[in-house]
Amino acid sequence: MPLLTQHVRDENRQYCLVASLDNVRNFSTVLKAIHFQEHATCFATKNGIKVTVENAKCVQANAFIQAEVFQEFRVEEESVIFRINLTILLDCLSIFGSNPMPGTFTALRMCYQGHGQPLMLFLEEGGVVTVCKINTQEPVGTLDFDFCSTNVISKIILQSEGLREAFSELDMTSEILQMTISPDRPYFRLSTFGNAGSSHLDYPKDCDLMESFHCNHTQVNRYKLSLLKPSTKALVLSCKVSIRTDNRGFLSLQYMIKNEDGQISFVDYYCCPDEDIPESES
Amino acid sequence: MKCVVTGSNVKVLGKAVHSLSRIGDELYLEPLDDGLSLRTVNSSRSAYACFLFAPLFFQQYQPSTPGQDLLRCKILMKSFLSIFRSLAMLEKTVEKCCISLNDRSSCLVVQLHCKYGVRKTHNLSFQDCESLQAVFNLASCPHVLRAPARILGEAVLPFPPALAEVTLGIGRGRRVILRSYQEEEAESTSKAMVTEMSIGEEDFQQLQAPEGMGITFCLKEFRVSSSVLPLPTPPFCPSQALTDLLPSQGLLSFAESANLPVSIHFDAPGRPAIFSIEDSLLDGHFVLATLLELDPPTQDLSSSKHHQPMPQLQSHSTPYQDNFANDDIDSYMIAMETTVGSEGSRALPSVSLMPGPHSEEEDNEAEPSPVPGTPPPKKFRSLFFGSILAPTHSPQGPSPVLAEDSDGEG
Repeated sequence: MPLLTQHVRDENRQYCLVASLDNVRNFSTVLKAIHFQEHATCFATKNGIKVTVENAKCVQANAFIQAEVFQEFRVEEESVIFRINLTILLDCLSIFGSNPMPGTFTALRMCYQGHGQPLMLFLEEGGVVTVCKINTQEPVGTLDFDFCSTNVISKIILQSEGLREAFSELDMTSEILQMTISPDRPYFRLSTFGNAGSSHLDYPKDCDLMESFHCNHTQVNRYKLSLLKPSTKALVLSCKVSIRTDNRGFLSLQYMIKNEDGQISFVDYYCCPDEDIPESES
Repeated sequence: MKCVVTGSNVKVLGKAVHSLSRIGDELYLEPLDDGLSLRTVNSSRSAYACFLFAPLFFQQYQPSTPGQDLLRCKILMKSFLSIFRSLAMLEKTVEKCCISLNDRSSCLVVQLHCKYGVRKTHNLSFQDCESLQAVFNLASCPHVLRAPARILGEAVLPFPPALAEVTLGIGRGRRVILRSYQEEEAESTSKAMVTEMSIGEEDFQQLQAPEGMGITFCLKEFRVSSSVLPLPTPPFCPSQALTDLLPSQGLLSFAESANLPVSIHFDAPGRPAIFSIEDSLLDGHFVLATLLELDPPTQDLSSSKHHQPMPQLQSHSTPYQDNFANDDIDSYMIAMETTVGSEGSRALPSVSLMPGPHSEEEDNEAEPSPVPGTPPPKKFRSLFFGSILAPTHSPQGPSPVLAEDSDGEG
């Protein structure tokens, strides 16, 4: 027995990240909400794990899973950072199937030895163990949207149920999604301009779905719809969403997701406004 | 024009739009004094559908502002359908639907007032158009069947989804027979599956047709959604993309959900068949072209011999050369009447349907000897698949050799 404990202790010393979960879905579901690109960057600190996905240098999505969500969570260094294929990671996490029988849980133990080493996943369900080794890559720098609360012009907190269907039915023939936030009517408006014509979705500030509404002055911003459409996944999983825009027109969407055990994880999306680049005047 | 629909009628309107979307790509919207009319026609002019919503269907109905002419407009079906795409959502969240047409703004405005004060406004561009009206007269159809939609819905269930045409007729013992219609193709007669459904007279609320009378029409437009694609493929090819995962919303589904009986008015084969539903607030008519049989129909539906190339329900059609130059396609099209509208309107052919004298001429020309295995006239198929020039599929027809065998002679 002492020999085994020694062995385990030695093993653990070589890992700079060890995380265990009794229910892998508490991790994989949140990752699915940001899965719109193949690759993601993982940051782990003693507070938890952050996974970042970016597209076109215009949109960034982050998933935060706090240390408290895990049954065991240890980070030996200040921070651990690596880049990984998110598609493969999700495939491995759902290796026992994505729709388990109610009451069955897949346990996860995730270990990472450090720079250059693969990420090890041990998954167990009903006595069956699967070991996955996923290669990691050099992290590439992620964008800093420099979104600070002092520059926030508008902040709205909405119950997700009100936005869900509307978002999934947005006219995809429209290139842009226009967001109007104003202290006067129409308060909060999402507009699309597609092949059929224009569509406007208005949420009055006193509507029951609106948990809070703050707006300093009217802003109309346009974002590429194709970049924001993936956020529908996060919207569907969340119970609440906070929408903020700053003085540059940058958009921050924060989704509060409750997992099966009632614990909270966050996903946020940052998007820069779509600017028509005028044709160069010679 | 301004119409306001409230409560559960919003879903009824949505369902009607879904039914219409199965037929055509453009929706003709016309506010009339006796109600709001929504019409469509398919590209080959072999199916026409219209719904008329009486003023009482609406909480508010104003067909035109005083002093202004009645407006008519044509909009893309896809655009209008996208507003009513999710029927479940309509039922759950939409409290009021307001449709208004403003000549000045050249926009059809559809505004949905939803729960929690949320409002969706759609501004759809439209085109001025001529009035779309098919020439048909229910009173002139001598034969009529009427049954609850559920009976007919259950009757078409066994038919394979890939089936294009079905024959409806009266068999021995006054039973109504639905049989899958097949074209003759030498190779496929042994492999094809024939489905036949027979319903007793007692299930019908009205049955006014002689035994032996039958018509063949396109089942798809009557029942399921899948838009008829202009592909020259055989109707029973399973690879045809007919797996429609959306709920099928043909006329039958609409009638079933509204719990209304469906009336089928028909005449001789070749004349259009009219499927209609009616209640105090709305009525709907789906007019489908039927296959023309040039010889007088032979009787005896009940005995279907095993190797009969054609279903006994119909006569043996006269075989034709595949020479479309002699065909009078217009006679198969549902006569469409149009009134000349504003500029930019296209004139639709207005031909009246006269298969009677036509068939006499053809009888004189061709020999009426049925040749087993000869494909029946392609005209009917071509109507549904939009192509009137190229012969569709002809196993016996010559096919150009595009590339010779590499180890050919010489």
